[in-house]
Amino acid sequence: MLNYVVRRLLLMIPTLFVISLLVYVIIDLPPGDCVTSQIDELLSRGDPDALNRAEELRHLYGLDQPLMARYFNWLFGVLRWDFGLSCQDTVPVRDLIGERLALTMVMESCTIIFIWTVSFVIGVYAATHQYQLGDYVASFIGFIGLAVPNFLLALVLLYVGKVYFGLSIGGLMDPEYIDKPLSWTKFTSISQHLIIPVIVIGTSGTAGMIRRLRANLLDELQKQYVTTGRAKGLPPLRLLIKYPLRHAINPFVADIGHLLPEVISGSVIVSVVLSLPTTGPMLLGALKTQDVNLAATFLLFVAVLTVVGMLVSDLLLAALDPRIRFGATSEK
Amino acid sequence: MTDTADRPPAPSPRTPHYVNPAPWDPYVAEGLSAEQEKYYMAGQWKLMWWRFRRHRPAVVSAAFLALMYFSCLISEWIAPYDLHTRHSKAIFAPPQAIHFFHEGSFLGPFVYAQKVERDLDTLQRVYTEDESKPQKLRFFCSGESYRFWDLIPSSFHLVCPAADGTLFLLGTDRLGRDMFSRIVYAARISLTIGVIGISLSFTLALILGGLAGYYGGWVDMVVQRITEILKSFPHLPLWLALSAALPVTWSPLLVYFGITLILALLDWPSLGRAVRSKLLSLREEDYALAAQMMGAKPGRIIGRHLLPGFMSHLIASATLSIPSMILAETALSFLGLGLRPPITSWGVLLNEATDINVVAVNWWLMLPVVPVILVILAYQFMGDGMRDAADPYA
Repeated sequence: MLNYVVRRLLLMIPTLFVISLLVYVIIDLPPGDCVTSQIDELLSRGDPDALNRAEELRHLYGLDQPLMARYFNWLFGVLRWDFGLSCQDTVPVRDLIGERLALTMVMESCTIIFIWTVSFVIGVYAATHQYQLGDYVASFIGFIGLAVPNFLLALVLLYVGKVYFGLSIGGLMDPEYIDKPLSWTKFTSISQHLIIPVIVIGTSGTAGMIRRLRANLLDELQKQYVTTGRAKGLPPLRLLIKYPLRHAINPFVADIGHLLPEVISGSVIVSVVLSLPTTGPMLLGALKTQDVNLAATFLLFVAVLTVVGMLVSDLLLAALDPRIRFGATSEK
Repeated sequence: MTDTADRPPAPSPRTPHYVNPAPWDPYVAEGLSAEQEKYYMAGQWKLMWWRFRRHRPAVVSAAFLALMYFSCLISEWIAPYDLHTRHSKAIFAPPQAIHFFHEGSFLGPFVYAQKVERDLDTLQRVYTEDESKPQKLRFFCSGESYRFWDLIPSSFHLVCPAADGTLFLLGTDRLGRDMFSRIVYAARISLTIGVIGISLSFTLALILGGLAGYYGGWVDMVVQRITEILKSFPHLPLWLALSAALPVTWSPLLVYFGITLILALLDWPSLGRAVRSKLLSLREEDYALAAQMMGAKPGRIIGRHLLPGFMSHLIASATLSIPSMILAETALSFLGLGLRPPITSWGVLLNEATDINVVAVNWWLMLPVVPVILVILAYQFMGDGMRDAADPYA
């Protein structure tokens, strides 16, 4: 088992290296750089000094060096927890992203918990009440969740939440708590603001999860040991929890691998729509202005988060399912 | 209890001895009825079709999709206005309802003229129906001129507004452009992007998955690593990065192909994995070995003997990933990193509905989402039906 974990951890290094290189090169690909737009603005204002200033800025951001040199500078900086300068306001990337990353992670973990709880309840209900009204309603909700674009759902829920439930909109906390240390009131404010984004990001993942759990549980419910248990007089609920559910639950853990990229993708677009102070809007802005250091740092963090999440899900799965555990140790 | 009750009941009168005079066919048990024969002799694709036909929602969805794609061929006829026609007197006009009865008498389909006033408190335009002026719709008529498929000049429409009237079935946007016409034209882009994208990703999957599955070894190793990396990384940020990398100087048409290529580049891994695993198992079959021993080249073995074995599965799973492509394009365009006007897709239309004001005041700007949802659901159902049908011997 230990062997397996170490192997996986070692394998993460080349993966992350490739991803970071790829991302860095892609962001830098289009002609021009982040200074270009700033200088254009200065020029349009009639600043005669603009072109000299451009040279100065390029030197400051290291843009006069070749791409590979910049990449490795940045990469070695990352290893020392120094992510370079952001092009926008000439501030270190580290200062820009701290709280945003934390909030993003909070939001994403809440979403995954939401997906798990909701799809667990609905999935089990739909499977045990197959072909009844509840089952159809659940499948219908599932399909809608799959088909409605996230961002539109966000807009509509935002409106509904504001008009009918009086939830305040936009941001992740009330304005007076920004830049304040964490307190109980700040916490409640944040959790109130989290409701809509979590629901919106969670819907599509929930839809898929419900369908899988329902199918798995239905397969298990038809097996003979369930009939045996029932014939021996086990109460239905105990029977359900004790045997078939334990088999059907595996995808919950195994699916973090699918779920995490999906949730991260969803959170980017939803936070842009709701203008949440998470990584999404800043990443979008950084990509549009070719702020390479900032964007690449965000994407690297996303990659780390995903890869670690996958590892955790595999480990959890191994802990949960002896077949996988023994399979893994005997093979690897 | 008396012993009479235990006795068996009296035997019934015997049925008379019966002899069938017809000559007896000793092979009757092995013969097939016409229906059975039809079933056993049918080819694989025919069987699939029969099975697909049984899946009602899938058939309905397929018909719906066929209709949608057909409408792309004749968008110019369906849309009453051109994609870019602006009506400066009807900005943010709400949808016009179609009426049939005017002052109690039947007039046929018509709309009432719209009167616009400014609300002096909110400065919004307020539209009211002018019930004294019915404007009869015209059918198979000549209206705004256009170039059919950008080639043939014409002015034929299936439906046009009255000569001096307007017809905004789904309202207008901030420049006074008719939403219905724009949705009809945008279908061309949105619907084709999924199909072109999936064909690209399908080809990539076949080539790379095929190489990995057939040759194994280091080719397999490399392809496996690539798919793992691509699968484990969230798609949207990568899509964003890639489409931000498309040069601004490109023409909108080039951007369109660029975006399709980007969508395909991140979509092929799951299909490629399916190809690889199927090839790995089929490669060991006796018929593959036989073909090899008879001197067939790898290309022929893969293309002629192995691929047909799982093509149906592949097509079904490819269909199931078209919706995610359409959604992805919509999301990208919505964020302003996808297609750019004048190329108009449903996502580009929805880009105008970014604002909460739209939800509150001009709700009809969100209507392009309706075809998005319908098409995605239809693809989903059709894909489910195809997947069930893909293995007709099950």
